Amino acid sequence: MKYYTYFPGCSCSSEGGARAYDWSTQAISKVLDFELKELHDWNCCGSTPSGSVDELGAFCLAARDLALAEKAGLDMVTPCSACYVIFNRTNAYLKQYPKLKEKVDESLAAGDLKYNGTVRVRHTLDITVNDIGYEAIKEKVTKPLEGLKIAPYYGCQMVRPGFGFDHPETPQSLEKLIASIGGEATRFPLKTRCCGGSLIISEEDIAFDLIHKLLESASSNGADCIVTVCPLCQTNLDAYQSRVNKKFKTDYRLPVFFFTQLMGLAFGLPEKELGIMKSIVSAKKVLAKYA
Amino acid sequence: MVTETKNRTFVDEICSIPGGEGIKICIQCGTCTASCPNADKMDHTPSELIAMARAGMKKEVLSSNAMWYCLSCYMCTVRCPRGIQQTSLMHALESLSIQEGLVHTKTVTPTMYRLFNHYCHLGVLPELWFMTRFYLSTNPLRAWRMISTAWGLLKHGRLSIRSRKLTPSGSNQLKAILKKAESLGGLQ
Repeated sequence: MKYYTYFPGCSCSSEGGARAYDWSTQAISKVLDFELKELHDWNCCGSTPSGSVDELGAFCLAARDLALAEKAGLDMVTPCSACYVIFNRTNAYLKQYPKLKEKVDESLAAGDLKYNGTVRVRHTLDITVNDIGYEAIKEKVTKPLEGLKIAPYYGCQMVRPGFGFDHPETPQSLEKLIASIGGEATRFPLKTRCCGGSLIISEEDIAFDLIHKLLESASSNGADCIVTVCPLCQTNLDAYQSRVNKKFKTDYRLPVFFFTQLMGLAFGLPEKELGIMKSIVSAKKVLAKYA
Repeated sequence: MVTETKNRTFVDEICSIPGGEGIKICIQCGTCTASCPNADKMDHTPSELIAMARAGMKKEVLSSNAMWYCLSCYMCTVRCPRGIQQTSLMHALESLSIQEGLVHTKTVTPTMYRLFNHYCHLGVLPELWFMTRFYLSTNPLRAWRMISTAWGLLKHGRLSIRSRKLTPSGSNQLKAILKKAESLGGLQ
């Protein structure tokens, strides 16, 4: 059994929009024999917007979580690419900029906390493919996703600026993972291009353009569905797909899964446990042959 | 001479923010601009913005819409041949622009970021209330257009009316930390 501290982040918390990601992560952890222990009383990591408004405050938000996690002494795992980049950036900057560290230390002390910079922050995909491994995953497959054509979508912040686990522009871990659960990864030239991120809220048209390009790229390369590693990427591609269709007069109906959901399906876990029904674009047709 | 002093001051200001210091070593190759998915939407491209900042054009740089179109996709950062953290540089310009009250008036992204930060400081981002408040304060018509998307999310159990809360002691701890940070006056 492997143990980790778990940081779900706001989207994957029990009140968040991507709780299906959390459910499916927990479900596959039981099959693959690892345990995710949720960080007690965590706060929002600050994500990208916080740092653009109040940098010191943003570093302190992330540092509080890291200080709390340090007490457990385990690697901290997050399923969210934004949380992943924020925590890793905070770790890197606290080492690189002593003046920043001094101010963060002083602020943390006001809350009786101290952070020594020892928490290794990892993405759920990283531990799945590197700590558990493709072979161990393959062994647990009872219903291989044969013939399912899956576009492997990495998005930005899990691979960039790059904290050492896959290539920033041409990563391969999702393709290998898809192969190990019996699916077929399609070519997907835009696999590390942006989904629009949080600009979906403030600059909808810009995000729609980017989403449209991704859907077009996935579809023209023959994908039946898209697999994601990030709650925001999933929401942008899934919840806004019909409005993108309307704007561009297209008719894409590509279900957008979290990688943990597809793994769960291949392990024979019930769809309900994996939150498959929480997708806005219905997965029924695509999954019919595997039921 | 006047321009030089002004120039030094603005570049120094940028350099005092972690990640901002790269502005000094840019060779104006334009790789960041060529890699940016939103460069065509910006009034000044990312590389242009660096050149302008180095020429001391503080007001023009800080009132640009460019940094507010940055998606934080980090493509420029990984491709920069000089190793400049261009994305962090954009974030530095965003926060300087807010501090100086020069925020570009035709984009609502700063309003969204501020509201986002407000909730972060309470410890949790309640998606439903954050979006509702943002749309109602910036463009009620869009709130109306969002109803179908929001309804889809609600129907699939993906929007909660209830939001997660920290324990009272966790919440007080976070408040104390952020209050202290505020008293330290930012990073510069």
